[in-house]
Amino acid sequence: MSTTYIARSSAVAARRLGDEMVMMSALDSTLFSLSDVAAVLWEAADGHTPLDQIVRDRVCSTYEVDHPTALRDAEEFVRALAAHGVLLVSDHPIEAPTAQASAASASGNSR
Amino acid sequence: MPTPTTCAAVDRRAPVAGGLDPEIGRLGLTIEIGGLPIRLRAPNPEFWSLLAARYSNFVRPEARAEMEFDLIAAAPGALSQEERVEVRCEDGRWLLARGDFRAAFDLGSRGGHLACVPNPYSVDTLLRVVHSLLLASADGLLLHASGGIRNGRSFLFTGVSGAGKTTMARLAPPDVRLLTDEISYVRRTDGCFRAYGTPFTGELGIQGESICAPLAAIYLIEHAAENGLEPVPEAQAARHLMRHTLFFARDARLAAGVFTTVCELVRRVPVFRLQFQPDPRVWEMIQ
Repeated sequence: MSTTYIARSSAVAARRLGDEMVMMSALDSTLFSLSDVAAVLWEAADGHTPLDQIVRDRVCSTYEVDHPTALRDAEEFVRALAAHGVLLVSDHPIEAPTAQASAASASGNSR
Repeated sequence: MPTPTTCAAVDRRAPVAGGLDPEIGRLGLTIEIGGLPIRLRAPNPEFWSLLAARYSNFVRPEARAEMEFDLIAAAPGALSQEERVEVRCEDGRWLLARGDFRAAFDLGSRGGHLACVPNPYSVDTLLRVVHSLLLASADGLLLHASGGIRNGRSFLFTGVSGAGKTTMARLAPPDVRLLTDEISYVRRTDGCFRAYGTPFTGELGIQGESICAPLAAIYLIEHAAENGLEPVPEAQAARHLMRHTLFFARDARLAAGVFTTVCELVRRVPVFRLQFQPDPRVWEMIQ
């Protein structure tokens, strides 16, 4: 199984409002609200830390969820955001994501 | 008690001679909304008079214009029947088109032109688009909302068409000064969000006053069998306000600016859900 890396697109504006993370795709002005766990994944999406490690260190250590279940949910979340071009996904570390790179990733390399 | 600020001198004179731009032989009219003066140069006295009457509360002859537009009269039927306004940017130049007008302008050189069949509606649309673009990078936005000033503080009422924006303006007691019954102008200056009056009218057909005041609250309104008021969480409020914000351009940077402004707005200004009967007593809850 290959390693998955995720990075935030620069084409996204995100703010934490109260206990909710709200984000907007600047490409099409679509609004998203993230759950607590999804917000943890989003904030940890630095392009260098493998998704598997993020789930283990940031999700399973905080929430009462087993690793296989958390990873499956995380992969689903990643696919959904990548489809909107707001998250870059790759099987190798991602350097300085850009809006263009993210959009390309969403249409080409996302899984 | 704080008092509303006069944002522009009201000038109901008819300074035809004073407004003449001798260099190009056009009649100038400076219209200041939200503290941003825009100068329009009309091609003939008839069009000038039409605009002077339409924007009478916002005419400010002495203001130094932030942008200038030459208005060009087009013959009726010369354009198209398209009702949707198209806004796009090509090489830094903004292009607007609708059935009744064509416009182009450059935010850098701060100039442009508007070709239209002489009527105030085309100019209204031009002003809305230009102000929405200027505000997107200036901590402000245009909100589909009515509003008024009471006791030195401003209150806005937003919602879908038919929710009651004009009704709230119509039911306002005499101590409330009307900002608008259709499009509200919100801008942050000196760290404080303020609502400004606009000439943009809805069913009421009355332009607002050219005044502003710190924004005390925003209400998401809807008709109901009983009056009721409840606070709206920040994230939910932001989603609502994004839906009711006027923004015409497909521009990622400016769209992100609007989003940031909305997020700051809901952090600093309380947002309530206001259910109301069409009765003046609803204003007892607006303090």
